[in-house]
Amino acid sequence: MDATAIALVVMPALAGALAFALPTERPQRWLLLGTAAAHLALVGVSIANPPAPSPADWLHADSLGLLFLGITSTLFFVAAVYAIGYLQREVRAPRPDFVEGVLFSNQPERVFVGCMLFFLAAMSLVTVSQHMGVLWVAIEATTLASAPLIYFHRHHRSLEATWKYLLLCSVGIAVALLGTFFLAVAASGISSEGAPLLLSDLMAGGASLHGVWLKAAFLLLLVGYGTKMGLAPFHSWLPDAHSESPSLVSALMSGALLNCAFLGILRAYQVVAAAGEAPFARELLIGFGLLSMAVAAVFIIGQSDYKRMLAYSSVEHMGILSLGVGIGGGAAFGAMFHALNHSLTKGLLFLVAGNILAAFRTTSVRGVRGMLQLLPVSGPLWMAGLMAITGMPPFGSFLSEFTILQAIFAQGYPLVAAAFLLLLAVIFISMASIFLRMLMGDPWTQPVVVHKESLLAVAPAALLAATALLFGLYLPPAVDSTLQAAAGLLGGAR
Amino acid sequence: MSSVIDLLLILVLLLALGALASNRIARCARIVAAQGVVLAVLFIVSHLDDITPHLVAVAAATAVLKGLVIPWLLFRSIREAGVQREVEPYIGFQLSVVLGALAVGVAFVLSELLPLPEATSSQLVVPVSLATLFIGLLLLVSRKKAVTQVLGYIVLENGIFVFGLALARELPVLIEMGVLLDIFVGVFVMGITIYQINKEFDHIDANKLQELNDMNRRRHRIPHIRGAEPPHAPASDG
Repeated sequence: MDATAIALVVMPALAGALAFALPTERPQRWLLLGTAAAHLALVGVSIANPPAPSPADWLHADSLGLLFLGITSTLFFVAAVYAIGYLQREVRAPRPDFVEGVLFSNQPERVFVGCMLFFLAAMSLVTVSQHMGVLWVAIEATTLASAPLIYFHRHHRSLEATWKYLLLCSVGIAVALLGTFFLAVAASGISSEGAPLLLSDLMAGGASLHGVWLKAAFLLLLVGYGTKMGLAPFHSWLPDAHSESPSLVSALMSGALLNCAFLGILRAYQVVAAAGEAPFARELLIGFGLLSMAVAAVFIIGQSDYKRMLAYSSVEHMGILSLGVGIGGGAAFGAMFHALNHSLTKGLLFLVAGNILAAFRTTSVRGVRGMLQLLPVSGPLWMAGLMAITGMPPFGSFLSEFTILQAIFAQGYPLVAAAFLLLLAVIFISMASIFLRMLMGDPWTQPVVVHKESLLAVAPAALLAATALLFGLYLPPAVDSTLQAAAGLLGGAR
Repeated sequence: MSSVIDLLLILVLLLALGALASNRIARCARIVAAQGVVLAVLFIVSHLDDITPHLVAVAAATAVLKGLVIPWLLFRSIREAGVQREVEPYIGFQLSVVLGALAVGVAFVLSELLPLPEATSSQLVVPVSLATLFIGLLLLVSRKKAVTQVLGYIVLENGIFVFGLALARELPVLIEMGVLLDIFVGVFVMGITIYQINKEFDHIDANKLQELNDMNRRRHRIPHIRGAEPPHAPASDG
């Protein structure tokens, strides 16, 4: 067994259990930050010296896993730093809610910290799973660990969001379980003793998989994990959960959790491609990708709530990832690179959204004016976030979206390219008009809470913005080789 | 032996239809619990020829979790939340049963398209599994109360479990235990949420959970002007 992979899962799980046991709040916060830092260090070592492939292991981080592990760990560390400041700012006593004035209180802090750490453990398990059964258990565990996080502010809207999230994702993941069983049936011809669900066995036995069962399995896994990933038309839980949970949880869900569900689909895709049925899977991925982008565009136009706008933007970008993998070739690399860029950018945007919410006390776009004047750091970061999320140079997302576009033409799908460009343009115009309305104007026409922006509230977002910018100008060799190898596993090359 | 298996499978299907037709939450919960126990028996009976400790462990865990622990959790949240006894469907019970019967037909047609590569214990495994799954889904979308939605989810999971019967020998015990544990924790978290929903809304109709919606702009009012008193609403957390 791969000892590092086990440590990456066990360490946060133990820390989570410890957080529940600790009586006071201050050590819990430091435990969160310390575990996040140790996790990031361990992941950094794994990426610098990738572990030797050991196909028989159930837990092993291959390059695809390492990429998503790196994204998850980086984002979690940044969110943990932000959490220190966030938890200090939070008022303990019951207080009136921004939107309706209903009194509410918070979840106990140990539940929050403990569930955050369990969430990290579950997501790490997703990324290192080489067994489709373990993968399923891990993805279901991410749902259960993150549901209490959405309900941190205990009022009826967050409760509604939690319920939708729990029920829709549980049903989606139940469908994925059926898909996993179908995969086991498809693979029952490979060996005499039982159906292997180990990725390497499934891929090695590719040609002897039963075609109909394999296709049905892929469809079920795509729908099941796609629900969790937020692909349209199964995305209806996503805007609610993202808009009602604390901003740092939204950042983690959008930047890390959705990717983990995507990894589930990618594993299924690897098996289908090894069995020579890739064209079937690719058509589905392209279709769901374009549909997600279109649905997101419809709801971003004129969106009146900026956190919901960010949530729909996540649906859009999940669509781009799905489309990229479906196109294949250079777009597979583009999609992997885009996953990285999207996570950094969306993390940045949600953390800044938390600062906006703290200053303007509303999630309504109409209630926010003059951010550039009132918030001298968060304002420009919000502007940078707009440029990064809509794929403007010199940010990394420009390169990744351009790579995908080039590959769409190279693979001979001119109509798909036209739709892709049209949707990107529509989303760019709608998002820019919303962002600029919030940035410009006179802040004093709105009721605002004036306070100096604390370092802990802006430094994490600034770090993410700097990284997103860096990847547009220079890709460090370790990151580049991981991306290349991950794209290679999906049958793509630059 | 295969006739016993067939009978048990048909019993699973009938219990699913019974859950669909019951108009009291408690009765519906008991039927779903009974279905869980039948599944455990089915699991043992279909592997009588080569019984191993691991199969017994999985069957025992299934019976205890689905037959005792999960119903107990649900009954507790029903009692503590003071839930009304009626099921409150969106669509009538007769129509529900007709749709359920239709789902059974669709399941049999679908299973014709998906022939199992190896001979399994019974030809009924795939159609019964799919039909139970469809009925669970129907229960989930056609009932107003959060508790009945959880029951629908459990019936759906039971349907998938029936399919697992075809593979039980082949799945590692660790995975099966993981699946069971996840379902248990899932229902546990749902139970807590139901309790909270009831405290917050004074009833647990999930159809009252409809405020978060892009068509519903009520929540986007401009907040109160600085210094103004927020309107006082009763404290939600007692």
